[in-house]
Amino acid sequence: MTTTAVEVRDLTVAYKDKPVLWSVDMQAPSGALMAIVGPNGAGKTTLIKAILGLVRPLAGQALIYGKPYSKQRHLVAYVPQRSSVDWDFPTSVLDVVMMGRYGALGWLKRPGSAERRAALDALDKVGMVDFAERQIGQLSGGQQQRVFLARALVQNAEVYLMDEPFQGVDATTERAIVRLLQELRSQGKTVLVVHHDLQTVPEYFDWVMMLNVRRIACGPVSEVFTEQSLRATYGGKIAFLNGDGVGEIQDGYRTALSQPVL
Amino acid sequence: MSLAHIEIQMIAALVATACALPGVFLVLRRMAMMSDAISHTVLLGIVLAFFLTKSLTSPLLIVGAALTGVLTVSLVELLTRTQLVREDAAIGLVFPALFSIAILLITRFAGNVHLDVDAVLLGELAFAPFNRIQIFGVDAGPAGLYVSGGILVLNVLFIAIFYKELKLATFDPALAAALGFAPGVLHYAFMTLVSVTAVGAFDAVGSVLVVAFMIAPPAAAYLLADRLSHMLIYAAAIGVLSAVSGYWLAYALDASIAGSMATMAGAIFLACYLFAPTRGVMTQRRPVKT
Amino acid sequence: MDIGQLFHNLFFDYTLRTVALGAALLGVVSGALGAFAVLRRQSLLGDAISHAALPGIVIAFLLTRSREPVVFLLGALAAGWAATLSIAAITRTTRIKDDSALGLVLSIFFGFGLMLLTFAQKLSDARQAGLDKFLFGQAATLLQSDVVAMAAVGALALGTTLLFWKEFKLLTFDADYAASLGYPVRTLDVLLTTLLVVAIVIGLQTVGVVLMSAMLVAPAAAARQWTNRLETMVGLSGLFGALAGVSGALISSAMEKTPTGPVIVLCISALVLVSLLFAPARGIVWRWLRNLRNRRRVRTAHLRP
Ligand SMILES: Nc1ncnc2c1ncn2[C@@H]1O[C@H](COP(=O)(O)OP(=O)(O)O)[C@@H](O)[C@H]1O
Ligand SMILES: [Mg+2]
Repeated sequence: MTTTAVEVRDLTVAYKDKPVLWSVDMQAPSGALMAIVGPNGAGKTTLIKAILGLVRPLAGQALIYGKPYSKQRHLVAYVPQRSSVDWDFPTSVLDVVMMGRYGALGWLKRPGSAERRAALDALDKVGMVDFAERQIGQLSGGQQQRVFLARALVQNAEVYLMDEPFQGVDATTERAIVRLLQELRSQGKTVLVVHHDLQTVPEYFDWVMMLNVRRIACGPVSEVFTEQSLRATYGGKIAFLNGDGVGEIQDGYRTALSQPVL
Repeated sequence: MSLAHIEIQMIAALVATACALPGVFLVLRRMAMMSDAISHTVLLGIVLAFFLTKSLTSPLLIVGAALTGVLTVSLVELLTRTQLVREDAAIGLVFPALFSIAILLITRFAGNVHLDVDAVLLGELAFAPFNRIQIFGVDAGPAGLYVSGGILVLNVLFIAIFYKELKLATFDPALAAALGFAPGVLHYAFMTLVSVTAVGAFDAVGSVLVVAFMIAPPAAAYLLADRLSHMLIYAAAIGVLSAVSGYWLAYALDASIAGSMATMAGAIFLACYLFAPTRGVMTQRRPVKT
Repeated sequence: MDIGQLFHNLFFDYTLRTVALGAALLGVVSGALGAFAVLRRQSLLGDAISHAALPGIVIAFLLTRSREPVVFLLGALAAGWAATLSIAAITRTTRIKDDSALGLVLSIFFGFGLMLLTFAQKLSDARQAGLDKFLFGQAATLLQSDVVAMAAVGALALGTTLLFWKEFKLLTFDADYAASLGYPVRTLDVLLTTLLVVAIVIGLQTVGVVLMSAMLVAPAAAARQWTNRLETMVGLSGLFGALAGVSGALISSAMEKTPTGPVIVLCISALVLVSLLFAPARGIVWRWLRNLRNRRRVRTAHLRP
């Protein structure tokens, strides 16, 4: 029997007058590796931020293992979009990864050798241990993404929320990251990933949430990742699917998706 | 070197350090121009507190100034949040309005009092040694030394205590919020500190030099450092160096002390801009960004 | 003093007429050019340039020993350019962001000017060097000849803006696109910045350095609320600037011990406040009412199963 790790009920978020999420429901069972897909501006980032209490919803709520996020902070790790921070910031890779322990440390307590060891461990897992003392601006995009991933790993959470961790990442790094995600799943962790490449959804993930302001579909990939729901998510005019399954999405699809759809 | 020389340099060095430390975070948080705004608007707080207390030495002046500093920050944020104007425009709207109110109040109602607008802008470091503190009838040194020392201690304590939180909230405010570190509260506490620093400092060096001390040394340090702690140390050192060398430049030229210190801060920045290891324009290895 | 008397003076009292005309001119020019600055996210560039003008003015004076406005204008222009170029160079070649570059250039240039000024006059006290006038302006000392000079330079600036209207519009809207069309973006940029410096120098004598930035930002911010068209915005911005200039001059002449500059700034700030609150479509009050209605609609929509 599985419990629900992340549950979103009737969530409505608006910036100014414009609703960005409209009455969205979502359930991610414990141990799921879930992709959140949808066109640009669909509200994927907003959904993650709302789960984390970073934006205030107009209505509805998000629960982590049945309780509001503010009570379950220690269970959740967050990987923001890479572009959300200033990589010129004067700090080292190791330091950024140690920030993942700050939540457990709480106010005023300083990170010490235990945090340092945990951070080095996490860096080792993402293959970045040799870069520990580098200033963060001297990394490639893929390396920066792996640092963020290490920072989330070091939080030792139950639920991982990741916003576009594959953005600007080369194929080797992408596979390495996917292996890490699958390892997390095998440890019973729940991982929610905002994802852009529809082609790889069935290969990487077992659950999918399809979002375009409203929830289009949410469930096991094999059941809900269908041509019909893709059309509903991205608008009919750009979906080209082969008859024999969603895994065989043609190239035209990817180029079409790189354009803003809304 | 007479006592007055030493005292002026000590005050200037303390002020420079006290400004450089929060300045590092202003530069990293992209709020440098907020120091320009605050260093002007605190005048309003001082004027209002002066009307309340009828005294120019009351500690309430600092409280008033700190409150208007925070008011400035919140007004700018309020305006920006309406999304009707951008943040830079909001700053450009708020501080001239508040500063104008302050000037009008001074010229209309406090004309006979020694509340001098130019002094606020330009500072009176040269006269600092004349305003002395007496304890039990014994001379205990210039008041400016205590004020600047006080704000320096305040800044060092705040940054030392909240170092981890400030670092996280500056680098990644979203993560800070998600981890429950209340970046908003920290932000306002920090901006209060900046306001208090601005008041304490501009009494000695004037508001324009407050901006120079808050931004030039941290900006130069930003070109030298790859660690936050190093950046803080370099910024403080560059601040002290600008203060002391600026003092002697003013002495040699018989020119404004505040102006000469700002000039030296600029010269040191220029040197870092050109010759900083790896990041200087002349030493950069990687091609220049276009 | 009653209102009728005030308006009588506006036309027949030399000082008031001169000040009001000067303030109106300043308002039109800085309002119109400020609109471009605000749209190009350079709201605070005006603040930096007006502070940075000081060393230019002092050096111009030292070189020529003349107090002619033209000399000051050229000095300020050169320093304004140097400041703008420094800001651009710093942000382009280092990791320093534009807010720091602005604050840095503003305070360093101004401090340098202060040092030069006091050195040149062999006074370690800047106040005796007539710096107040530069800092806060002295509208009351405006002469008819000053106003004529302001009008001539202002007309030149506005005329140039009209001449390059299409180019400036494109530059403001999308500089990269303008470059791709083959426009000399750099030259246009320098030209527009030069005009901005001219507007600033025109205003310095009336409102002074500290408040000059408000004359660039505020009329534009107010005008932006009423329209989405660049043409209308620039015109409205100039109009608002002039309106604030004249009313500021009137109010400060009607009350004793009220310096003109701050009153003008408060007038334009009041205009901004009214625009932000009540402008049709964008106004905060209307939006607030709309939001209230929306919220109610969302609530009721959610109540239904
Ligand atoms: N802070 C904000 N203020 C106003 N609108 C916003 C803000 N953040 C996002 N939006 C708007 O909300 C919509 C959804 O944004 P986002 O959640 O980032 O989409 P996604 O991550 O799916 O691309 C977009 O139309 C975006 O313009
Ligand atoms: Mg997004």
